[in-house]
Amino acid sequence: MFHPDDMIALGLTLKLAVISTAVLLVLGTPLAWWLAMTRRKARPLVDALVSLPLVLPPTVLGFYLLLFLGPDGPLGRLMTAAGGRPLAFTFTGLVIGSVIYSLPFVVQPIRDAFASVGHRPMEAAATLGASPRDRFFSVAVPLSRRGFLTAATLGFAHTLGEFGVVLMIGGNIPGRTQVLSIAIYDHVEALDYTRAHMLSGTLLVISFALLLAVNLIGRRQPGVRT
Amino acid sequence: MSLKLKCRLERPAGAKGQNGFRLEVDLSLPDRGITAVLGPSGCGKTTLLRCIAGLEPRTTGRVLIGDKTWQDDGLFLQPHQRRVGYVFQDGALFPHLDVRGNLAYGMKRSSGRSGSLQEISSLLGLIPLLDRDVSGLSGGERQRVALGRALLTGPVLLLLDEPLAALDRESRRAIYPYFERIAAETALPFIYVTHAQDEAARLADHLVLMENGRAVHSGPLPELLTSPAPGLARGEDAGCVVFARVVGVEDEYHLARLEFPGGTLLVADPGLPDGRKIRVRIHARDVSLALEPAAGSSILNIMSARILELIPDGPSRVLVRLLVGRTIMLAAVTHRSASALELKPDLELFAQVKSVALL
Repeated sequence: MFHPDDMIALGLTLKLAVISTAVLLVLGTPLAWWLAMTRRKARPLVDALVSLPLVLPPTVLGFYLLLFLGPDGPLGRLMTAAGGRPLAFTFTGLVIGSVIYSLPFVVQPIRDAFASVGHRPMEAAATLGASPRDRFFSVAVPLSRRGFLTAATLGFAHTLGEFGVVLMIGGNIPGRTQVLSIAIYDHVEALDYTRAHMLSGTLLVISFALLLAVNLIGRRQPGVRT
Repeated sequence: MSLKLKCRLERPAGAKGQNGFRLEVDLSLPDRGITAVLGPSGCGKTTLLRCIAGLEPRTTGRVLIGDKTWQDDGLFLQPHQRRVGYVFQDGALFPHLDVRGNLAYGMKRSSGRSGSLQEISSLLGLIPLLDRDVSGLSGGERQRVALGRALLTGPVLLLLDEPLAALDRESRRAIYPYFERIAAETALPFIYVTHAQDEAARLADHLVLMENGRAVHSGPLPELLTSPAPGLARGEDAGCVVFARVVGVEDEYHLARLEFPGGTLLVADPGLPDGRKIRVRIHARDVSLALEPAAGSSILNIMSARILELIPDGPSRVLVRLLVGRTIMLAAVTHRSASALELKPDLELFAQVKSVALL
């Protein structure tokens, strides 16, 4: 029912969302922990930096990423010097862009969940013989389960719908960097409303199902605070 | 083993109008039994416990527990390296684990020896709760789980931070026997922070009084409660604690006879079996003095006593320290009565006890 090219775009989009979400959880968790627990003066600064993608037009973010990752950008030069290729217009570039773009959607729920766990259960775990690492995994993480779930879902869903950043740094290379939202844009440009409908509807259903799932799962855990 | 604590903590006045705080405590405590740390809120009793547990990393000073040094210059054992059991005011149970999971949490991580989960659970009456979710527990049940969880880490010292403060009177009374039994069976030292005198009077063997970050008095409970030293045994709450034993019941009048070192007391029958040890509190304001044994009095408990000392307590009141047998009691009388009766040390007379509170 989907056009083969659209299937490729859909597959690429899902792959991008899965990888970005995984990277975001790995990078975002320590960052969220730091933001929730630190008393350092740098905290508001870091918090603001993390939240920046919430308010910045994606094109602005994409533009600077393009400069940074492109052949003449700092990272692009580094990559070239190391014998690689600049990351602009590659899938890896897309992942980097998505991670930055969706960072606040992942970091904030986890940060708030960690903050609401508070010091008390962690202190209790410490007096019960758990090392800092042990109590992070045996107390803080399970008590923040809902935060992680929300974070993963929002990160995933937000990456699915990404447009501006991808357009700036990924271009529109079918099979390599052409994601769903850009394919839809192309179809509309070409007045091919049927294919635009198919893809838009799919995105709509997936996004709605994800958010619904978060709400339902969240409600099924009485006694566990978020 | 004995517990030597030397904690010093200084928290400078914060920028947000936070008051500066200074804790300076140098104590040597018995190595078994319950030590109650009593004092008004803000006097540093909780901070003292946190220092012992290693939860206040910015402290300096020394903490010696038996032959182990937990903290000294250049040495600071992290909380998880100190073999201490800590019962928080709210229990701090883990909401993501059931009762059994909470109990097992510390046990799994401890190298210390303790009873088995089954033993401790049955000692604390937790067997029927093991598979319950902690969110459904009552306040008293939560604190019993918290105590069991702390015990199962095989601690050498138990710290309890106002564990019953959130409970109503009835729940508190229901939980005392568990504490007493655990203290007796484990022979561990308990440091029990409270602001409730009654709680200390009921549970403690040893008492530490704190004020403004300092331990101002430390000594065996019965002595400290009746001590003539300044700052002790004053005011409306002044009174003694008597260690007694139920020896019989006068069925006709529903009165129980309690024997204590110095005589017997008759009290409304609490329904306890003969031989049961109990503590009673006799407030100074409930004891009056007479030179002759009163005839035709409604007061049941009249015993002969000898005056040890007179302690002025305010402009109109005098506290009289009495020796009744081998037990020290306090009586509050007015200055006027004291001079009318010519009260002075070594005078033999009669103490009339109007009311006795079972603890």
